Amino acid sequence: MEKDLRTTIKEIIRGHLKKKIGKVFGQCLTAVGWVGGTLPELYEKDGMVEVSMADVADGGFVVGAALMKSKPIYVIRYQGFNWYNCPMIVNYACKSKEIWKTPCPIFVRGIAMEGGIGPVAGSSHHSLYYRMPGIKIVSPMTPKEYKSIYNSFLKDDSVYYVSEHRGSYPNKNELPNILINKPDLVIFAISITRFEASKAFEILKKQKIRISLINLLWIKPLKISNGIIKNLKSSKFGGLVLDDDYVDGISKSIANDLNLKSNKMVYTLGLKNKTAGTGKNLDNLPPNSKEIVRFVKKIIKDK
Amino acid sequence: MIIKNYLWNVFKKTSLNRNFELSVFEYVKQKKINLPTYLSAGQETISASISEICKQKKIKPLIFGQHRCHSIYLSFGGHLDRLILELLGSKYGCTYGMGGSASIHCKEINMFGHDGHMGTQVPIGTGACFQSKKPTVVFMGDASAEEDYVLGALGWASTKKLPILFIVEDNNLSILTEKKIRRNWNMHEVARSFKMKGFNISDDPEEIFKYKKFFFKEPMLLNINTNRLFWHSGAGIDSDKIFDRYKILMKKVGKKSILYDKKINQSMNKKWKKISEQL
Ligand SMILES: Cc1ncc(C[n+]2csc(CCOP(=O)(O)OP(=O)(O)O)c2C)c(N)n1
Ligand SMILES: [Mg+2]
Repeated sequence: MEKDLRTTIKEIIRGHLKKKIGKVFGQCLTAVGWVGGTLPELYEKDGMVEVSMADVADGGFVVGAALMKSKPIYVIRYQGFNWYNCPMIVNYACKSKEIWKTPCPIFVRGIAMEGGIGPVAGSSHHSLYYRMPGIKIVSPMTPKEYKSIYNSFLKDDSVYYVSEHRGSYPNKNELPNILINKPDLVIFAISITRFEASKAFEILKKQKIRISLINLLWIKPLKISNGIIKNLKSSKFGGLVLDDDYVDGISKSIANDLNLKSNKMVYTLGLKNKTAGTGKNLDNLPPNSKEIVRFVKKIIKDK
Repeated sequence: MIIKNYLWNVFKKTSLNRNFELSVFEYVKQKKINLPTYLSAGQETISASISEICKQKKIKPLIFGQHRCHSIYLSFGGHLDRLILELLGSKYGCTYGMGGSASIHCKEINMFGHDGHMGTQVPIGTGACFQSKKPTVVFMGDASAEEDYVLGALGWASTKKLPILFIVEDNNLSILTEKKIRRNWNMHEVARSFKMKGFNISDDPEEIFKYKKFFFKEPMLLNINTNRLFWHSGAGIDSDKIFDRYKILMKKVGKKSILYDKKINQSMNKKWKKISEQL
């Protein structure tokens, strides 16, 4: 039977600890739930380290561990906590190889979810890391993708920000790109939006709107093949980047890159420019299939 | 005998540090050094004493300093020429010309560079110590000590009973703001409340020596009161009435200190001249 993403991550973590590649750091790891079932039931003697509730210092502890020729994994239970967890990772670990010729490799597991949980616990916040040289940002949503990212980290000595989403943990399926010859529009989807994008693809297909659907696994460095750029160039209306973060960050930057490479207009759709509340209708959720369909049709109509 | 040897060795290191800083002062003044420069003149006995105690114990610790770190680097055996090259902006400097005065790094002596955010070396050094379980010395200023993440790191280091030594180089100043304006509490008491050994002492090498028995056995914080002779950054003097530990140390060591100081001064000047002319 195929393994889901949750089990895949759990097994990777178990192997990481067993082979003593590095410790796993985080807050409240060994408490209820084991971070959505993505951690094996291990404790400090096995390398699973409960850090303190001093969030900013915690990020520093992991940086220090990485300086000691180990490859720590840092679990950030909600991506919004990064406002406090990331300062030393971004300002020290990401620069260490360049300034001091001392690699400081960390595998940061930033975990997103949403729905009535407010502006900090909700959504992805990967744009926080984006501007710093020395960071690699990825967003694996399938078992194979996650394994490929972890293997790449093992061969690498950079800092990885792995933007996860709890909504993808039960997923067992791979999500291949769909390239349509001379499409109307090319959608580039990040993180959890990939699942809604594929629903939107089906809806639009029925309405004879021809969409290419591209999964963005590697966000920084942005990995997009020439074939995809060609496809975008051949499109009628350009592209659309979907994200689970505010658009003022990664998605607008990627849109700009794609725009320069293809000479086509590239749009963005992500969180709305407002703070999420916890009450019904006050939330700020990533674009769903209906919203994506509506946005695509508007682009086409406006043109 | 032990203490006599110790004092002499600390004096030699202090003399090296002082004469180095005097040269830097001149080069900054003459605009031959053109980067932000943080002189440790007045505070040199601290790293000289700590490094000498480590040497006696045959321990080569991990070292985490912050911006005012020339004396730390030299005391723990960093290569003099490479620090001169670093301050002159050469890629052959100890930090490849990337660090300047404030971010000195040196693999040979296990000294890790600083990122410019004061106090970050405290959690990072704590994490390094936690991972490696190697004896670790973390230096901070009296202002950095106030950073929230420093306090968090002290707590965790104590919880994990790490072989770590926190040294607060307490010159009473955050740039020019005095401690009494900034806080009404003391670092050695904070350390104690975190259930760690904490002491408030002077930068007299003999006083520092008294605490060597606790080094790396368990976490300890020494708040060491000292004086910065020059400006926070760059070459300038606010007052010529500032207490200077080096002068007292010279008296303690006796006449031979004067000769030694002179010798170091001359060779230091020559070295700077030679290296800067070669660039
Ligand atoms: C996070 C952060 N905040 C503020 C500063 C600005 N700053 C640089 S040095 C300094 C004072 C440092 O004082 P202290 O830690 O006592 O060291 P000293 O300069 O006295 O050796 C300040 C406030 C900084 N570098 N980093
Ligand atoms: Mg100070």
